[in-house]
Amino acid sequence: MQLDRDEDILRAAEAWRKAGRGVALATVVETWGSAPRPAGSSLVINDEGTFLGSVSGGCVEGAVVTEALDVIDSGTPKLLEFGVADEAAWKVGLSCGGTIRVFVEKVD
Amino acid sequence: MKFEILQQLNAERAARRPAIVVTDTATGAQRLVKAADIAADPLAAELDKQLRMGKSATVDAGGQKLFLNVYAPTAKLVIVGAVHISQALAPLARSLGYDVTVVDPRTAFASPERFPDVPLIAEWPDVALPPLNIDHYTAFVALTHDPKIDDPALLHAFARDCFYIGALGSKKTHAKRLERLKGQGASDADLGRIHAPIGLAIGAVSPSEIAVSIMAEITAALRLPASSKAAAA
Repeated sequence: MQLDRDEDILRAAEAWRKAGRGVALATVVETWGSAPRPAGSSLVINDEGTFLGSVSGGCVEGAVVTEALDVIDSGTPKLLEFGVADEAAWKVGLSCGGTIRVFVEKVD
Repeated sequence: MKFEILQQLNAERAARRPAIVVTDTATGAQRLVKAADIAADPLAAELDKQLRMGKSATVDAGGQKLFLNVYAPTAKLVIVGAVHISQALAPLARSLGYDVTVVDPRTAFASPERFPDVPLIAEWPDVALPPLNIDHYTAFVALTHDPKIDDPALLHAFARDCFYIGALGSKKTHAKRLERLKGQGASDADLGRIHAPIGLAIGAVSPSEIAVSIMAEITAALRLPASSKAAAA
C-alpha cells in the first residue's frame, strides 16, 4: 500500500492519448545515493512538449523531455542514466550526489 | 506502455484496487498484474513484498531486470469519536500520509476548533459512513466509548473489510461489546478482527502516546506479512 500524493499524471496521459496526441512516459526505475525522487516517480509528456510530474525534482527534467520527444517519434523505449558526482551535485541541484536510471517509453 | 495497459491501470486506480506494472527495462516488454492475480503469478513473492511496502523497485528475476511499479491506493483512516485521543491521532495519521476523516454525531465534540484541517462529519454512523466508501485500504477506529455510536460503526467496518479495526475500551468493556455485536449478527471471524484494547502495549498514558500506540499497530497491520502478524499476536 502506497501513501502517494502525486498528481494523477497517468490520467493526463490517457486523456492526451485519447485526444490523438503523441505521449511518452518517463519513470525512475533505479536509484543510488541520495536520489531526489524515489523509484516509481514519473513524468508524462506529449508531443507539444507539455509535461506533468517529476523524476528528479528539476535537475534532469530538461534532458528527459528531449529524450522523450525522441521516443515519441521512434517508438523505441530508452533507458537513461543520470549520475552526478558529489562536487558537481550542487550545480545541477542534486543536493548531495546520486544516480538515477529513467525508463522512457511511448504510450501506444 | 500499451494504451490498453494504461487504461486498465487507471481503471484499477480509480476503483482503489492496487496494481503492479512489470517492465523488462531492457526490451520494454510489459504486463499489468492486478492485486487479485498476484498469488498465482510467477513473481508472487516479490510482488507481494513490494505491494506491502508500497515501494516500486527493480528486481532480478533469473538474470532479467524487471521493474515493478507499484500503484496502491492512499490509505484512509476513519476515526469514529471526536474525542481527546482523536485530536492527537488525526494529525499524526495525516503526517504518515493517511486520508483522515473524523465522525461523531455529537456536535459539541465534532467542532472545527477541536479538529482544524481534518474533514469532520457531525452525523450518526448510518448517515456518515456509507458515503466515505470505506474499503480494504481503510483503517477504522471506534473511540467514543458509546455503544450507540461505536457498535453500528464497527458493523459497517466489518462489512467493508477494513485492513485494521480497533476499538477503545478495557477488556471488560470489550467483552460486553462482543456480546452486543454478536447479538446484532457479527460473526466470530468479524469479532476476532477487532484490536481491543486498542494499540500496541507500550505503556501509553497520555492521549498523544495512545495515538502513537494506535498508529504503530495500524502500521504493523499495513506493512507486515500475514505470517509475522500471526506470530506477533
